[in-house]
Amino acid sequence: MTDHPRATPRRPILGRAGRASAAGAAGLLALALAACTPGAGNDAGGGDASPAVDVNTDVASLGEVELTVWDQEVRGGQADQLEELNQAFEEAYPNVTINRVSRSTDDLRTTLRLALSGNEAPDVVQVSNGRPDMGSYVEAGLLRNLDPYAEAYGWAERFDASVLANASYTDDGATLGDGSVYGAAQMGEMVGVYYNRELLAELDLEAPTTWEEFDAAVVAAEEAGELPIQFGNLDQWPGIHMLGAAQSRYVDPETIRDLGYGRPGSSWATPENTQAAQALVDWAEDGYLTPDFNGVGSDPAWQAFGEGEGVFLIGGTWLLADLTDALGDSLGFTAFPGADGQTVVATGGTSLPFAIPQRSENADAAAAYIDFITSTDAMAVISEHGNLPVADVAAQEAEGAQREVFDTYDRLVSGGGMVPYLDYATPDSYDVITQQVQSLMGGEATPEEFLDALETEYQENVAQ
Amino acid sequence: MSRSSTTAAVAAGGPEPSRDSGPSGRRGPRRPPRRRGRAPGEPHPSAAYLYIAPALIVYALFLLVPIGRSFMLSLYEWDGLTVGTWAGLDNYVEIATDPGLRAAFGHTAVLIVFYALIPVAVGMVLAAIVARARVRGMPFFRTAIFLPQVVALAVVAVTWRDIYASDGPINQVLRFVGLEELARAWLGDFALALPAVGLVGTWVNTGLCFVLFLAGTGKIPGELYQAVRVDGGGPIREFTTVTMPALRNEMVVALTLTVINALRTFDLVYLTTSGGPGNSTTVPAVEVFRQAFERGEVGSAAAVGITLTLIILALNLLISRIGTREAR
Repeated sequence: MTDHPRATPRRPILGRAGRASAAGAAGLLALALAACTPGAGNDAGGGDASPAVDVNTDVASLGEVELTVWDQEVRGGQADQLEELNQAFEEAYPNVTINRVSRSTDDLRTTLRLALSGNEAPDVVQVSNGRPDMGSYVEAGLLRNLDPYAEAYGWAERFDASVLANASYTDDGATLGDGSVYGAAQMGEMVGVYYNRELLAELDLEAPTTWEEFDAAVVAAEEAGELPIQFGNLDQWPGIHMLGAAQSRYVDPETIRDLGYGRPGSSWATPENTQAAQALVDWAEDGYLTPDFNGVGSDPAWQAFGEGEGVFLIGGTWLLADLTDALGDSLGFTAFPGADGQTVVATGGTSLPFAIPQRSENADAAAAYIDFITSTDAMAVISEHGNLPVADVAAQEAEGAQREVFDTYDRLVSGGGMVPYLDYATPDSYDVITQQVQSLMGGEATPEEFLDALETEYQENVAQ
Repeated sequence: MSRSSTTAAVAAGGPEPSRDSGPSGRRGPRRPPRRRGRAPGEPHPSAAYLYIAPALIVYALFLLVPIGRSFMLSLYEWDGLTVGTWAGLDNYVEIATDPGLRAAFGHTAVLIVFYALIPVAVGMVLAAIVARARVRGMPFFRTAIFLPQVVALAVVAVTWRDIYASDGPINQVLRFVGLEELARAWLGDFALALPAVGLVGTWVNTGLCFVLFLAGTGKIPGELYQAVRVDGGGPIREFTTVTMPALRNEMVVALTLTVINALRTFDLVYLTTSGGPGNSTTVPAVEVFRQAFERGEVGSAAAVGITLTLIILALNLLISRIGTREAR
């Protein structure tokens, strides 16, 4: 994002100087071509199941350790909680010094690829769960298999199975949700329905608890001249969440998980997915969404919702703090039961998991650190700073919309209705889905064409 | 010259090329024929390479080696992490066959119109008018028109995103004059997003062309215009017979710069539409970024980059060729 390739004007490459350098170029090209296959010198020697030898959970016995941690918790409350936990860790284990390197998500993501394959890898890194990131690092043997630590520290009891599944990969890095644990996350995330309590009251409506009530509220809002659903899709990614919401209504959660995790036999071309796609088209055609939503940025959209424009907003919990600031007590949050009429289904997952590079020399201390910042005590700290902790949600104190977010998340996790982001499955799926949702909702593609495009990409790239 | 081509020339009935008469004949009789040895103090011919060596080494290290390396990468299927597998020309075949990538290259053709052709045309007309009229407050207009060149493109992109927004200035004006039905979110419209992005490029590049041409008009002798007037020519005649031919060199420079801008445009597209809606505004540079850094398809990204480089090179050669031919 911050890189703007705008070089100074170049002169046309011409004339004699050009010929002379062309000779040099040819020579150099031959040199370059003689070099070896890309990545050949890069093999970390991992990939195969890491030896489970010598898991040491006694940090004090490790001697002086400098622990380098790369994280992307740069925003307000998220930065604060990690800062506080880091300090507590250093106080608990004076022999460990934390060297914190904090970058924005995008910056971390683009530098991680090089850092992990370099010789001086950090000890702890935050890695995006998806296949293009965590999956490819696992495949290349650049991340440590944390199964032995998960067992030693009892992570299976601490976290819901879905939370660990979100950071688990098969050894070939091809299938998310199966195999060994490669990371642990601090915070939860989900995409739900925000509503404006005040506007609902003006329309004489209760907060909806099912999709049917939501439909009725949308129609009533439209008739009363209010904007039913605030939506801005210029940035493309909100479309994935919109699709996820529609899908959670019609498609069984286990089927969505199979699809999102790229499990064999999954398919986009199903009647239920067609229903979901049609629902998006209907919202768009019936005028229930922000006019010209494909040309409205995501920030202006949620800001408008914060100013009282729009009864509903389908969005992620990362908007909670900002929307609470804007709407105060008027803000509400919920998610609805899916196809079976009981299980609450919504797209969700965790914040970026913390993982240990294969080349870190302080794996024991790193694992102890990850355990520390995801412990029960840590969850309370995370909640105090206004974030959604990944575990023990029900036990945390909160009020208003934050309480509703906590309760919804708890119901989602305990009820087994959490479904992964749809772009996890294949490296190309993010681009394809975001572009296709714009086309579908913009009236350029029919639901059949839409699913056909998704299906083609999916079957080409998903693990066989 | 190789033997085969000489034979071919003979076979074709052409005159046998003579090695001796050509160069020395052109040099003229007064200069002594070139001796075998060097004159005293004349450096060995290869010494020239010694002089350019420092620059050449830097150039090679930071430009030629990376290009060679990119070309090599483009022949592999590589995710940037694991060992790559040899793919031959598969990545290039994909560019030719993948509709998404083909569309991206197609979009740059449209962008060339907006980034290069329109700014050159508008810039030239503006410069011709200004050169004739000797407008008052010239430095102000020159600065104002050139300003978009100075502003960082990221800022330009964010600003225009607001200008094109549903409730942005363009739509406000349209609604104010009663043309509501034309108001829309310009960047979200499948047919209009690409021209909308292109117009931003026009806005940015017109200033560059204008200033280039304005500098060029300063060196046109006033007598030429007087001559046209004496012959009874009007302003249009002056433009076509004097201004345009005189600005040929500037035109080549302007076209070269703006065409390169159009082909490698990244920030404007990435920050305004990120390629959407659908894939209606994707361009090769954005594809390179996405493939290399988001999807981990480094080989394919390198192939797109190399193809883009070759296209830029070819178009520039073409532009220079046209420029020199017209100059004769």
